Amino acid sequence: MKKIVKFTLNGQPHVGAVADNILLIDYLRGMGLTGTKTGCDGGECGACTVLINDQPALACLTLAPTVQGARVETIESQSRGGGLSDIQLGFHHKLGSQCGFCTPGFIMAAEGLLRRNPQPNDEEIREALGSNICRCTGYVKIIEAVKWAAKERGRGVR
Amino acid sequence: MESLPDFDLIRPRTLDEAVKARQKFPGNRLLGGGTDLLVNIRRGIGDAPTALIDMTNIAELKTIKADAKKLKIGASVTIQEVADDSTIAHHYPAIAEAAASIAGPTQRAMGTLGGNLCLDTRCIYYNQSDWWRSANGFCLKYQGEKCHIALKSKTCFATYSGDLAPAAMVLGAEVEIIGPNGQRRLTLTDLYSGDGQNYLTLEEGEIITALSIKKEPGLRSGYEKIRTRQSIDYPLAGVAAGLCREGNKITDFHIAVTGTNPKPVLLDGTAHLVGGPLDDEFFNALDKLMSAQIKSMKTTLAPGNYRRKMAGVLARRLTKKLFDNYCQ
Repeated sequence: MKKIVKFTLNGQPHVGAVADNILLIDYLRGMGLTGTKTGCDGGECGACTVLINDQPALACLTLAPTVQGARVETIESQSRGGGLSDIQLGFHHKLGSQCGFCTPGFIMAAEGLLRRNPQPNDEEIREALGSNICRCTGYVKIIEAVKWAAKERGRGVR
Repeated sequence: MESLPDFDLIRPRTLDEAVKARQKFPGNRLLGGGTDLLVNIRRGIGDAPTALIDMTNIAELKTIKADAKKLKIGASVTIQEVADDSTIAHHYPAIAEAAASIAGPTQRAMGTLGGNLCLDTRCIYYNQSDWWRSANGFCLKYQGEKCHIALKSKTCFATYSGDLAPAAMVLGAEVEIIGPNGQRRLTLTDLYSGDGQNYLTLEEGEIITALSIKKEPGLRSGYEKIRTRQSIDYPLAGVAAGLCREGNKITDFHIAVTGTNPKPVLLDGTAHLVGGPLDDEFFNALDKLMSAQIKSMKTTLAPGNYRRKMAGVLARRLTKKLFDNYCQ
C-alpha cells in the first residue's frame, strides 16, 4: 500500500507517494539526497542520523510514512549558500573527519545537541554523540570540532 | 541487509483502533521505535509480518502519571522520556538508571517502554542475516531443529537483554494489558515464560498498555550493567536491586538480573537473606542464590561464565552501594 506523505524537508514543503515498507533513508537517498549514509544498516552506527523535529533519529530504522507532518532535516540542510555551516567548519578546522563516511551522522547529531544545549561541556558532547561510531579519528577531534562550533555559534557566527 | 517485505503500515490514533487492527490484520506485529523489530524483520528472523501497527501515535499511551502512591508509564513513552522524568529519577531510581543506560541517545529517543519490555531474546546464532544462518544451519529459535549453544537442548537459550524489566521487577511492577477479551493486569515476572523461543506469555491479539508500580516508602533501588562498549551495546549482564535498611540491618531485599537467562530473573529466595547486617555471610548466601539461578550460556561473544560471574560482582557492588548510601 502507498501513502501520500506530507512533511517539511530541509525547510521546504514536500509531498510524496511512498510505499508502507520504505525506510526514510532509502526514500531520501532515492530522491538524490545522498549525503545521509547507510552504514551498518541496522541502527548501530549512526551514519544515517537525520533530524526529525529537531531530534536526531536513525533514518535506517524510520519508516518513511511515519514522518507525516514532521520537520525532517538532512546533512544537505547544513549548507550555507554553498558555504559550510559552523559545525562543518569545526570538523574541517579540527580535523574531525578522515574517511568522512560517519561525518554526516555526527554533524546532524551535533546539530541536535547544539539546538537543545548551545554550550555543552565535554561530557555532554560525548553523551550526545553516543549513538555514532567513527572508525578513523578516535572521537577526540570530533569533540573538539563540536566545541569549536558551539563557540562560533555562541558568538553569533553561522 | 535485505529490504523490508511488503506489509501494511497501520497508524491508529486510539487504543480502541489498535485493538481492532490487531484482529483485522492476521499476522501483524506491534511497532514501537522499531530499533529491535525492524532490524529483525530485515534479517528475516521471525515470520514476515503482513501488517505493522505503529503504536507511537496513540496519545493515551504516551503519558507518565505519578502521584503519592503509584507510578504509571504508558507503553509508547520513549525510553529517553523515562530517563529524563524527574519524579521517576527521584522515587524510582532503578527505572531511570536503567532507561539512561539503554543503547545510545538516538536509540533511546526512538525506542519505547513497551518495545523494551517486549525486546526479542538474542543469540549470536539468531541475530544474524538470513544467508549467515542458512550457511551455518538454522537454529531452534527460528526455522531450525537444533540449538547451536546446547546441541541436545529441546529449549531455546536465547538471552533476554531488556534493561527496564529487571529494574521494574525489584519494585514489584505490574503490566496493564488490553486484548480482544478486555483488560487484565499481570505481575511483570509473569510476562516472561523462561523459554527463549516463545519468551512472552501474552495471548494472541493482546497489547501492553502501561507499566504500573506502587510506591514502597523506604525501598531504595538502583541499576548497574556491563557491556562491551559504554554505548549502543546490549548488556552482557545487568543487575537491579531494591532494599530497605533499619539501623545496621537489611530489612527488605530484591535482586533482578538481565542479559543472562532467556528471561529477566527476579532472584528467588532473597527474603531469607534479610534481618541481619550486610556481612560476609549475607554476601556468600547472595552468591549462592545467584550461581544457582543465573545461567548464562554462550549466546554472546563474551563467554557465558564471564557474564555469570560479572552478574555476581554487580549484585554485590550494587547492594553494598545502596546499603551504604541509604537515607530515610
